[in-house]
Amino acid sequence: MLSATILSSLVVIAIALVLLQKSTLILTTHSLSELLLSSSWHPSQNEFGFYPYIVGTLWVTGLAMAISTAPSLLMSIYLAEYAPARVRSIIKPMVDLLAGIPSVVYGLWALLLIVPLIRNQVAPLLGVTTTGYTVLAGGIVLAVMVTPITISVSEEVIRAVPRPIREASMALGATRWQTVKHAVIRSAFPGIIAAVILGFGRAFGETIAVLMVVGNVAKVPASIFDPAYPIPALIANNYGEMMSIPSYESAFMLAALLLLLIVLAFSIVAAVLLVGIKRRYAVG
Amino acid sequence: MILSVIVVLGSLVSVLVVILVRGAPALSVSMLTQSSTGGYYLGGAGGILNAIVGSAYLVSGATAIALVISLPTALYLNEYASRSKLASFARHSLDVLWSVPSIIYGVFGFTIMVYFGIRASLLGGIMALGMLELPIMIRAMDEVMRMIPLKLKESSYALGATKLETALNVVARQALPGITMGVLLAVGRAIGDAASVLFTAGYTDSIPRSLFDPVASLPLAVFFQLATPFPAVQQRAYASAFILLVMVLSLSVASRLLTRKATAYVIK
Repeated sequence: MLSATILSSLVVIAIALVLLQKSTLILTTHSLSELLLSSSWHPSQNEFGFYPYIVGTLWVTGLAMAISTAPSLLMSIYLAEYAPARVRSIIKPMVDLLAGIPSVVYGLWALLLIVPLIRNQVAPLLGVTTTGYTVLAGGIVLAVMVTPITISVSEEVIRAVPRPIREASMALGATRWQTVKHAVIRSAFPGIIAAVILGFGRAFGETIAVLMVVGNVAKVPASIFDPAYPIPALIANNYGEMMSIPSYESAFMLAALLLLLIVLAFSIVAAVLLVGIKRRYAVG
Repeated sequence: MILSVIVVLGSLVSVLVVILVRGAPALSVSMLTQSSTGGYYLGGAGGILNAIVGSAYLVSGATAIALVISLPTALYLNEYASRSKLASFARHSLDVLWSVPSIIYGVFGFTIMVYFGIRASLLGGIMALGMLELPIMIRAMDEVMRMIPLKLKESSYALGATKLETALNVVARQALPGITMGVLLAVGRAIGDAASVLFTAGYTDSIPRSLFDPVASLPLAVFFQLATPFPAVQQRAYASAFILLVMVLSLSVASRLLTRKATAYVIK
């Protein structure tokens, strides 16, 4: 049993170490500023500028968070504070169901519904012509994928706020909404931030669904109606050519390492916030 | 607020409806019972049996390995070392592992496979999916085992049971519903995951006959069928996605039913 525990706790460290070791090749031959800020990506000429991919990733993830945060929070407030028990018992399993749908299915749905919608309805409305394979499509599908996680974590956090806080606020004459806004949410705030951050981390690494709808064009997108090329899509699309050029493989390992470190940072921050909340409200 | 509920639930319904409506017409018995033939992706005959069976092999292998590692880990974390530094280190490290994007499992698995000279195969896919399932299972088991009342364990010790006997007969049995749910949650996640098997399991038209043969999987079947320029093959992609969705949904329902049945052994 002890060995099983040690084994499982070492997996993530092993992953980080292997990725680090494999990235050293490219880190020693190229300067960090060239890797992160240059836009020229020509592996056969030993040029690896990650800039368009980084910007693409940020655009798509940022858009997804912008779309999903408000509805998720509102829905979790509704589920935790306002929904009658029967409604909650129907809606909660549905949200869990959303969380379990495979990402290819989401990608397919977006391909069939969102991309044509953008191409035929949304873009002409704004006077833009586009193929539909855009940052917007990637952002929408990511938002739908991230929403269940944000909802379930923040709903738990809001429910964990102890009753006396709500009762005290109501005793002072506050309405339901005033109680929620000023007392409950303020107390649950770190946990809500943690939920959003966890969702962010998930959005960063999601590969397949985004790959199918975002266009995969290695240019810095000028608007949400342009295609983009997020880092996970870069890794997934080009794995076959990894082995032929030695620095190419190292560049991908660096990209994967970057991804891992960002997600790690997010999950550590979220964990710290959540532990703080648990400690604050631990009873006995 | 109600608007947000409508939007979120509406998108769930929309996903289910779109896949259902586009996928069901293309579904046929031959899709389920025949493997792909050579010209399948160009519009030829055949089905996705290779992908269905391949996914089944991959997931059962991965679940077996993950279960063998995760159950002792969860028991150890709760029984033997609850407050030690190792336990908190293990829990933190597993929390981080839980949020690792699945493509990194694929990249890592691929690197290890290259190091050992294993080609893209069933074994590689099982390794990557096992790593994916591990944190999900351990987290679910850990949460359930933590909630077991101390009195139960104390009564067991008072009767003279050793730690191991208590762990196996009392704790594991009491936590059975949670363990079941954790396992089925992990299985549902693993069946649908494409990014981790993309590099490690390969893809093939046949059903693997050994651990070192490449293996097809359902998500990749959807993905590759979609990438062809033939509408007929793309239709089949919708049908494959439909099958995948049905599998995941029925797993979800089954996990709820099984959890309820397993609660029969739980002492309240």
